[in-house]
Amino acid sequence: MNSSKEILGKSHGLDLEIIGLSKRFGDVIALDNVSLRIPSGGFHALLGENGAGKSTLVKCLVGFYTPDAGDVLADHREVKIPSPREASQLGIGMVYQSFTLVPGMTVAENLVMSKGSLPALINWRKEREQLVAFIETLPFKIPLDKFAGTLAAGEKQKVEIIKQLYLQRRFLILDEPTSVLTPDEADEVLGFVKNLATAKALTVLIITHKFREVTAYADDVTVLRRGKFAGCGSVANLNVDQMAEMMVGSPLAHQPIARSIVPMNLELRPYLVVEHLHARGDLDQPVLNGIDLAVRPGEILGIAGVSGNGQKELVEVLLGQRKKSSGQIFVEGEPYSGTRAEISQHKVIMLPEEPLRNACVASLSVAENMALRNYDRPPLAKFGFLLNRRALNQQAQRYVETFGVKTDGINAKMQTLSGGNVQRAVLARELSHPVNLLIVANPVFGLDFNAVAETHARLLAARASSTAILLVSEDLDELLELADRIVVMSEGKLVYEIPADQADIRVLGHYMAGGHLEERAVT
Amino acid sequence: MYAGIKRFLLPIAEPVLVPTGAVLVAMLLFAGFIALVGQSPPEVFWILYQGGFGSSFSLQNTLVLASPLILTGLAVAIPAQAGMVIIGGEGALAVGALLAAVAGYALHDTAPFIVQLGMLTVGALTGALWFGLSGWLRNYRGVNETISSLLLSYMGIALLNYCIQGPLRDPASTNNPSTRPIGDANMIGNIPGLDVHYGLIIGIVCALIAWFVLKFTTIGLALRAVGGNPRAAQMAGLRVNIWVVGAAAMGGAAAGLSGAIEVAAVHGDANSAIVAGYGFTGILVAFIARQNPLAVIPVAILFGGIDAAGSLLQRRLDMPDATVIVFQGILFVVILASDTFLGRFRFFKPGAASEPKPGTAGAKS
Repeated sequence: MNSSKEILGKSHGLDLEIIGLSKRFGDVIALDNVSLRIPSGGFHALLGENGAGKSTLVKCLVGFYTPDAGDVLADHREVKIPSPREASQLGIGMVYQSFTLVPGMTVAENLVMSKGSLPALINWRKEREQLVAFIETLPFKIPLDKFAGTLAAGEKQKVEIIKQLYLQRRFLILDEPTSVLTPDEADEVLGFVKNLATAKALTVLIITHKFREVTAYADDVTVLRRGKFAGCGSVANLNVDQMAEMMVGSPLAHQPIARSIVPMNLELRPYLVVEHLHARGDLDQPVLNGIDLAVRPGEILGIAGVSGNGQKELVEVLLGQRKKSSGQIFVEGEPYSGTRAEISQHKVIMLPEEPLRNACVASLSVAENMALRNYDRPPLAKFGFLLNRRALNQQAQRYVETFGVKTDGINAKMQTLSGGNVQRAVLARELSHPVNLLIVANPVFGLDFNAVAETHARLLAARASSTAILLVSEDLDELLELADRIVVMSEGKLVYEIPADQADIRVLGHYMAGGHLEERAVT
Repeated sequence: MYAGIKRFLLPIAEPVLVPTGAVLVAMLLFAGFIALVGQSPPEVFWILYQGGFGSSFSLQNTLVLASPLILTGLAVAIPAQAGMVIIGGEGALAVGALLAAVAGYALHDTAPFIVQLGMLTVGALTGALWFGLSGWLRNYRGVNETISSLLLSYMGIALLNYCIQGPLRDPASTNNPSTRPIGDANMIGNIPGLDVHYGLIIGIVCALIAWFVLKFTTIGLALRAVGGNPRAAQMAGLRVNIWVVGAAAMGGAAAGLSGAIEVAAVHGDANSAIVAGYGFTGILVAFIARQNPLAVIPVAILFGGIDAAGSLLQRRLDMPDATVIVFQGILFVVILASDTFLGRFRFFKPGAASEPKPGTAGAKS
C-alpha cells in the first residue's frame, strides 16, 4: 500500500485502468474479463441492463467484492482493493442512488461525521471553520445548518457528492445518482460534477439508464451485457440507437408498443374513485393532502412524480397498508376498505413495487405465497377452513409453468427466489384471476429488457379488456408510453393533469419539480 | 437411486442433525461445568437420565412436570406464528390459576365435571385476556410486546400473591396462604394405570390442535402470513390487528389453561407454589422447538425430565437443584446459536458436490 500513500498527496483526478476484471458467484459469472480506462478528469458512463454486471464492477472498485481475476491500475500503478478502506485511501468514493445522510442531523454534522476517524471530543468550531472554508471553494451554497431530512432530493444528492469531495475523493462512482431527481435537479448535480471533471479535479464513472445524461455529460461510454464487455466508444461518435443496440444486443425497433386505438369512453362510470384523501406518513407528517382521482374501465391513469411526494403512501392506502386519516375510496360506487371480500368482489389486483417487501411472505413457500389471493375459497379451501394442499400445489405448479418462475420447487421458501422470479411469482398470482381494477406501482423497476416489454404488454392487454388501471411510476417514458391520462403528484397533491398524447415532458417536469404554472390544464 | 435418496433425505436430515449436534455440544459444555465444580460428568449424566427417564416412577414424574410445560411452550409458540415474541407465560399462568381457583370454589357444590370445565374455561379466558392486553398494546399503542408481557408477568405474580395473602385467603390456610380449596372430589384425576393427571392429555391435545390448525387450515396460513410479513397480509386483505391480538390471546389461553390445570389437578387451590417457573421454562421449550407446536411436546418432556432429575441430583451428589437450570440455560443458548448454522453446511445440499465454491451463489440475480 506504499504506492497509494504517494498518490494521495497529489490533488488531481485519478487515472484509473481496469484490465481483464472477472468475478463469479457460484455458477454465475457476474463479470467476465472486462477492461476499461478512464483518464484523469474523464467522465465515463457505464451502460447496461439490470444484471449486466455494472454493480459488480463498481463494487470491485470500492472494495466490497474482491475480483477473481484482473488488475486495477491507479495512476499507472497496480493496486489491490481488498476492502473499502483501501478504496478510500486511494480516493475512490461512491454516491448511491439512495441517500446515506442521517436525516435527523444537520448537513454540517453529516459532513463532519463522514470523516472516518474523529476524536472522542469534537472541536465543532474548528470543524465548522474548515467546513465553511471548504464550502466557499464550491460554485454553489449548501445550507449547513438545515437538517438533512428537510432537504429536497436534489439538494440531498448534492450534499452526498460534496461529502465525497470533502473526503478528498479523486475518483467518484455515481450509481444512478439521478433516479430520484427531477430533470432540472439532475442537470444541476451532473453539471456540477462535470465542471469538476473538466477542471481535472475529479474522475467520474457514472452508472445510468438515461441516455440523455450520457450524451449530455459523458466523454466515453462502456457498455456491458450479461457480464461481458459489449462495446465502448467516444460519446461524440455514437448515437443513442447505437448505444441501445450494444445494450440489448440486437437492433432496436424504435417504436412504442402499438396501443389499442379504441378511444376511452368518457361516458363510462369511473370504477375507482378517490375523494379528498388525506393520510399521514411514517413520521406522522402529512403526506397525502387531499387526493381526488377517478379511473374509468379501460383507462390507464398514470401518476407521475418525483419519488417521495406521496405516491408510495397513496398506493399503501389503496392496498390497505396505511390508514387514511380522512377521505373516501369507492370502487364500483361502493365504499372500499380493502377487505378480502371486497377485493374478490370487485376483482382488484395489486402489483406493488418491491414485491418481496410488499406482496410476499418470505418465510412461506412459493406455493403458499401464490395462494394468498384465493386460499380461503374453493377449490383451495374445503368446508371454508380446511386447506386443500393438493389443489394449492397444483395451482402453484400451473403458475410456475405458465409464468416461467425459476424455483427449487413450489415448496421452496419465497426468500430463496431471485428478485425477477419473485416478481414473476407475484404477477402469476395477481394476473391469473379475473381483473376489473389494477393498482400498479413502478412495475418494471429492476426488470430486464424482455421482462419490461412483457409486463407492459400485459398491462395494455388488461386495459384492452376494460380493466381500470392506476399506474404509479417514476419513469416518465413508461407513463407516456402506457397511460391515457397523466396526473402529476407533488407534495401530496395532484397538481397537474393532461391527456398523455398532449403531454409535454418539460411541462410535466416543471410540475414534478414543484412548480406551479399560471394556468392549469384540466380535462 | 442412491442420489435420489440423498436428494430426498438430506434436506430433512439437516433440521434434525444440527440440533442434535447442538445438544451434544451443550452436554460437553455442561460436562466442563460439572468437572469444574468437582463432580464426575458421567455420573451426573447418568443421574440425569435416571432421574428423568430411568424408571417408570421417574418417567411419570417427568410427564407430570412436562404437562404444564407443553402449554406454556404453546403460549410462546402460538403468538410467535403471528410474529410476536411474548414471554409472559408465568403471569398468565398465575392469574389463570387464581381465577380458576376462585371459579372452582364458587362452583364446588355442583358436579365435579362442571367444576373442572368451569375452571379450565375461566383459566383459559383469563390468560387470553392477559396476553390479549399485550397484543392490544403492541398494535394500538406501539408498546413492545416482549417487554409488556414480561412486566405483565410480574404484575400477574404479584396479583396472585396479594390475593392469596389478602382478600382471597382461606382463613384455614395458616402457614401456606392459599385460596379456599376446590375440594378433593372436584380434582382432575389421573390417567388410568398411571400416576400422571389428565392435564398431560389436555396439553398434548392442545399442541396437536395448534399444529393441525397451523398446517392444514386457512386460519393457519393467514396467521403465518401475518407473522411473516404484515404488509403482504394487509395487501391480501387480512385485518392484521385482529390476527395479532387473536394469536396473543390464544397463547395466553394456553398459559392460563396450564394454571387452571395446576390448581385443578395438583394443588387443589391457588397458592404461591403455583409460580414454579413453568412459564419461563416454556420460553426455552418453544424456542428450542422452533415455535413448532408438535415439537413442543417432546421438548417439554425433555425439560420435564431435566427438572425431575434435579432433586435426585441433590440427594445423590449433594449438588444444588439449580444445577439443572444451568444445564437448561446452556442447552438454550447452544441450540439457539446453532440456528445460524442451518443452511450453511454444503453437505446437506443436494448436488452440492458439483459447486466450485461455497458461499454466495445466487447473490446476483
